[in-house]
Amino acid sequence: MLMTGSPSLYEKRKGVYPKAVDGFYRRLKWAVMVVTLAIYWGTPWLRWDRGPYAPDQAVLVDLANRRFYMFSIEIWPHEFYYVAGLLIMAGVGLFLVTSAVGRAWCGYACPQTVWTDLYQHVERFIDGDRNAQVRLANAPWSLPKIVRRLAKWAVWLVIAFLTGGAWIFYFADASTLQQQFWTGTAAPVAYGAVAVLTATTFILGGFMREQVCIYMCPWPRIQTAMLDEKSLVVTYKHWRGEKRGSLKKAQAAPDIYGDCIDCNQCVAVCPTGVDIREGPQIGCITCALCVDACDAVMAQIGKPRGLIDYCTEDDALAEQKGGAPRAVLNTLLRLRTLAYFALWIGVGAAMLFALGVRTRLDISVQQDRNPIFVRLSDGTIRNAYTIKLRNMEARPRRMQVSVTGLANAKMWTDAGSREQASSALTTMVAADSVEKLRVFLLLPSAGPVREDFAFTVRATDREGGGDSEPARFERP
Amino acid sequence: MADDKRIDAATGTEIKHHEWDGIQELDTPLPRWWLWTFYATILFAIGYMVAYPAWPMIDRATGGLLGWSSRGALDKELAAREQQMAPIRQAIADTSVTVLPHRPQLMQAAIEGGRAAFRVHCVQCHGSGAAGSKGYPNLNDDDWLWGGDLAAIEKTIADGVRNPDHQATRQSLMPAFGKDQLLTAAQVDDVVAHVRAISGQDRANAASRRGAKLFADNCAVCHGPKGAGDRTVGAPNLADAIWLYGGDTDSIHDTVWNSRHGVMPRWDDKLDKVTVRMLAAYVHSLGGGETRPETLTKPGG
Repeated sequence: MLMTGSPSLYEKRKGVYPKAVDGFYRRLKWAVMVVTLAIYWGTPWLRWDRGPYAPDQAVLVDLANRRFYMFSIEIWPHEFYYVAGLLIMAGVGLFLVTSAVGRAWCGYACPQTVWTDLYQHVERFIDGDRNAQVRLANAPWSLPKIVRRLAKWAVWLVIAFLTGGAWIFYFADASTLQQQFWTGTAAPVAYGAVAVLTATTFILGGFMREQVCIYMCPWPRIQTAMLDEKSLVVTYKHWRGEKRGSLKKAQAAPDIYGDCIDCNQCVAVCPTGVDIREGPQIGCITCALCVDACDAVMAQIGKPRGLIDYCTEDDALAEQKGGAPRAVLNTLLRLRTLAYFALWIGVGAAMLFALGVRTRLDISVQQDRNPIFVRLSDGTIRNAYTIKLRNMEARPRRMQVSVTGLANAKMWTDAGSREQASSALTTMVAADSVEKLRVFLLLPSAGPVREDFAFTVRATDREGGGDSEPARFERP
Repeated sequence: MADDKRIDAATGTEIKHHEWDGIQELDTPLPRWWLWTFYATILFAIGYMVAYPAWPMIDRATGGLLGWSSRGALDKELAAREQQMAPIRQAIADTSVTVLPHRPQLMQAAIEGGRAAFRVHCVQCHGSGAAGSKGYPNLNDDDWLWGGDLAAIEKTIADGVRNPDHQATRQSLMPAFGKDQLLTAAQVDDVVAHVRAISGQDRANAASRRGAKLFADNCAVCHGPKGAGDRTVGAPNLADAIWLYGGDTDSIHDTVWNSRHGVMPRWDDKLDKVTVRMLAAYVHSLGGGETRPETLTKPGG
């Protein structure tokens, strides 16, 4: 124990050299890794035919034109509340998952976890398993060590580059951008994004690893606050394991020693270097590789599995008092989890409903306020409005703007003149675009002082549809 | 102080001296990368302070070795913007104002440019919405003293109205009928009654009938026999609903008695040709702009 002198400001990182392990949770982790990486790398290449006027990339965040495409859904900037809805779902989803299965996100689906896992696999492939890695790390620099290090870093860099490279395909047509990228004609921001993401992937996945979870990430702190005694966490059943002793000692004195034979396999396989037998801790991402390792050992020494296992704190206490283990499914069904689930489903259903009934034709009217009205030489009063016609469909549409609730009103645009004034205007609105019209509205007869009325717009193509927006006509 | 050090036996880490509800804090060392990142930010800050303006002095901040200034950055951006706009400005300069409406995109660019220039040079008199005020014409309406087509508007802006020392300026002169004793007080009252009648504000009566004769003799030469005005001399239409100086009896009386001589500066010596053209396009777009150039004959009687 350090009892004298001032403690250093620095804490040197203790190397973590996770041992390879096999088992149910390891295979689950592989499956999640394959699925998430496939989604990440594959999604930009999915095609979705939207006709000649819209891009045919299934998922596309078109920042330049401010459109977001996701399969058959197209989001316009003013429909950004769908994104707010998704964020709410993500937030409630975090509550839901944490309440039900603890830090499963951290253990399986978090990008930091997935890429670190991938990098560690590469490391194992080049440097060998845990013991070889430790030996290599402690060995002085020599040609073989340099070659191995360079090879490992090169593979890491390739993965990092592919990771950063795939990101930009979500923001532009993937095949076009790929060609532009290699021929040096892509936008500078594309190269910048790839460079930054390559560097962060290389550093965070290759070198920082568990330090990201422990020092940089706010998620574990939030999640730790959301866990309760009914949440599933990876638990060491100390009443069954203690007192620890070697297999030989345990066999010699089975009354004194518990099931834990202190083989240290749970620590050796842990990607964050945690000793789960010390209880729940922030470094534990509940990936359950220690469960796999311990179960294998228990099988070898002929003891039941589950010395380390997913277990709620309540169940652990019950088991300690001699209760039977509860099925995992039962831990999922509890009021808190169901309430989160209902909320999550509710928000999702509301969004789906809103998506179903939303209109693809929109009018917005802004009245000129300066001047609020204009008296013309014949004594009539003219008001002016800026009307925006949104055609949110991927085909050009002919739209008619008319006025209801204001008798004898005549209108014309700033492209025409008063002689051409009529009761309705017709204009073509290009596919997926907004047409801005400045409209002058004239009320020849003396009407009431103020009158509320509505502009209506109707798409006059085959499929019809219409929208209206209330406006006012101001008089002296 | 060194004696006060308390070390946590389990971790070997120093315990800090504060305590809340029995909870104590370990003085856990930071990771090396964290500290180095922190030191790097300090170095960056020092470098930044040397390279960029940073320290406030008495009248200005230190200059910084790179010579960067927000004003310089703005100048650079403005220059870049100017360069970007250059082809459009050139196209507007090369396009006659009468042809401009036939090139809708160019016209739109001219209107936007004119809107910006209007806010700098014109709002002082004509108001931010170009609605004018007493003595300053409303540019949104369809009443034009000198014509409301693009060419006429462009000339009015370029040469001004009654602008001294400028040959090409718009020039008109209304006599001060009362002040200069061209008409008697009673005659002025009769003319005012006539003008009220032809503009539909009062019914014809004995005074206005007397005024009609006086109007034909004194006013019709500029304002036309029916008071419809004449754009060649900038004589306002007296028969319509729009009054630059007010259409009530007192205002009209004041105008006839003292005369009015509104002045607008010429802008061709302060603004370049393109800006004047863009201003014309903007004013034309406000709603009163006329599509065809008016014939330069007196409106038919």
